[in-house]
Amino acid sequence: MTAFIAPTASCETALVLDCEQMTVRQINVELRAAPEGSTVRIVHPKGRHNMAVGLIKHLDISFEGSVGHYIGGLCDGVNITVDGFCGWAVGENLMNGQIRVTGNASERAAATAHGGLIIVEGDASTRAGISLKGANVAVAGDVGDFSMFMAQAGVLLVGGNAGEALGDSIYEAVIYVAGEIKSLGSDARIEDLTEADIAVVADLCAASGFTHIEAGNVKRVASAKQLYNFDALKAQKY
Amino acid sequence: MCGIVGLHVLDAELEGQLGPLLTAMLTQMTDRGPDSAGIAVYGDTVADGSLKYSCRAASHPVDWEALAAELTLSITRHGDGIVLTGAPGLNTAIEAYGVRIVSTGRSVEVFKETGLPGTVLDRFQISTRTGYQGVGHTRLATESAITTDGSHPFSTHDDLCVVHNGSFSNYFSVKRDLEALGEQFLTHNDTEVAARLIGYEMNHGRDLGDALHVLQKQLDGFYTLLCATENQFAVVRDAVSCKPAMIAVHPRYVAMASEYRALAELPGIDEAEVFEPTPTEIYVWTR
Repeated sequence: MTAFIAPTASCETALVLDCEQMTVRQINVELRAAPEGSTVRIVHPKGRHNMAVGLIKHLDISFEGSVGHYIGGLCDGVNITVDGFCGWAVGENLMNGQIRVTGNASERAAATAHGGLIIVEGDASTRAGISLKGANVAVAGDVGDFSMFMAQAGVLLVGGNAGEALGDSIYEAVIYVAGEIKSLGSDARIEDLTEADIAVVADLCAASGFTHIEAGNVKRVASAKQLYNFDALKAQKY
Repeated sequence: MCGIVGLHVLDAELEGQLGPLLTAMLTQMTDRGPDSAGIAVYGDTVADGSLKYSCRAASHPVDWEALAAELTLSITRHGDGIVLTGAPGLNTAIEAYGVRIVSTGRSVEVFKETGLPGTVLDRFQISTRTGYQGVGHTRLATESAITTDGSHPFSTHDDLCVVHNGSFSNYFSVKRDLEALGEQFLTHNDTEVAARLIGYEMNHGRDLGDALHVLQKQLDGFYTLLCATENQFAVVRDAVSCKPAMIAVHPRYVAMASEYRALAELPGIDEAEVFEPTPTEIYVWTR
């Protein structure tokens, strides 16, 4: 479990980047140049895309407003907070660190993320955690259709309900859902909850600051592993 | 790609700002489609028994004054945009002057042209407009040529307009069916098929929501659609929903856009409920 990374500098000393005065490229150049451990406030983000991507150091970055697509993608070690709504694929391919979105997240939150923790305090839309490769994803509200499609490793915790085809063709990743599941995808099944699962959910709730989920009262969804190998006899049906 | 914006005003005080807000929203979507742009403005509703015809010259210059005098129509100009107002049922008579009718309706006016949104919006002085509802589109052409006729919004029936991000795959067969039912098409564009299907269904007694149910059954492909009528504003997406859409619901307005960047231009957006429309769910607001 990724621990919460505490800010290392006070807000008074923070670097402030204003999206109304700077282009996305200028902001990313400033972030690249900022020393390890810096605190950066990004103001008036106004839904701009591709900010704070590919940073391989610890920075505490806060977006003061809603952001666009691909925020925090490909980072390793960042601590990002978005105070608002985020567009497509927040934290795509995150390697390590934490991203917290206080509002809703659009499609493909945490797509292919390898490590770290991605927290959505609102709802996440369709394809949340698609092809997840090892990160932890915690969504306080609902997730949309096709979430965790072909997820290979990692955990998705859903505090609300899940949409259609949850965990379709899932591999070794695990999903915990506190609410209702509209439908399970191909090869996904509900399994018994073990003590180890309850510990994972409790840890993830603690790390995410979620108090509305009862760790022992969630559904565990994982792979039935019927798609892992080709079934020669199946061909006889056709 | 293509970019969509729309604003359905709930607070009458905001009607005076419709033009500037739509202009700011659509300009933000410029990099989603450089080929053509268009805007539908709903406002200045004319009395029952009158009709507004948004027009442009089909190919050669038109003597608008002579046309208006002949057919007892009044002319309103919005930059290069021409709106004729008068009796309904004059479509054929107007077209005889070499005019392409872009839209008809008691409330709607549609202005569209090839080029970047900024240029097109300037050309029709959209930032000066007022109204209670507006829809805009910037196009990256896929299914038909880059022409003014192939630009969005498509307004095929009185006060109806449709803008689309995506592409329909079976539209030629649906087009054939609609042609057999008497619909006449102006373009080879897939979105015109969607607009005519919705218009046909509404002319046969369905409301906008029900017409969109029919569309979901008949048309296959990728789509985020924003549709508007004289009093309704609707959003629908296909089951896979790979084309983006955001909705903002605020006490003063309902707004829809391809990306949040466009919504960020709206007053009080931080207090609005912003969400992504669920696949296949039909969202309709009625004023």
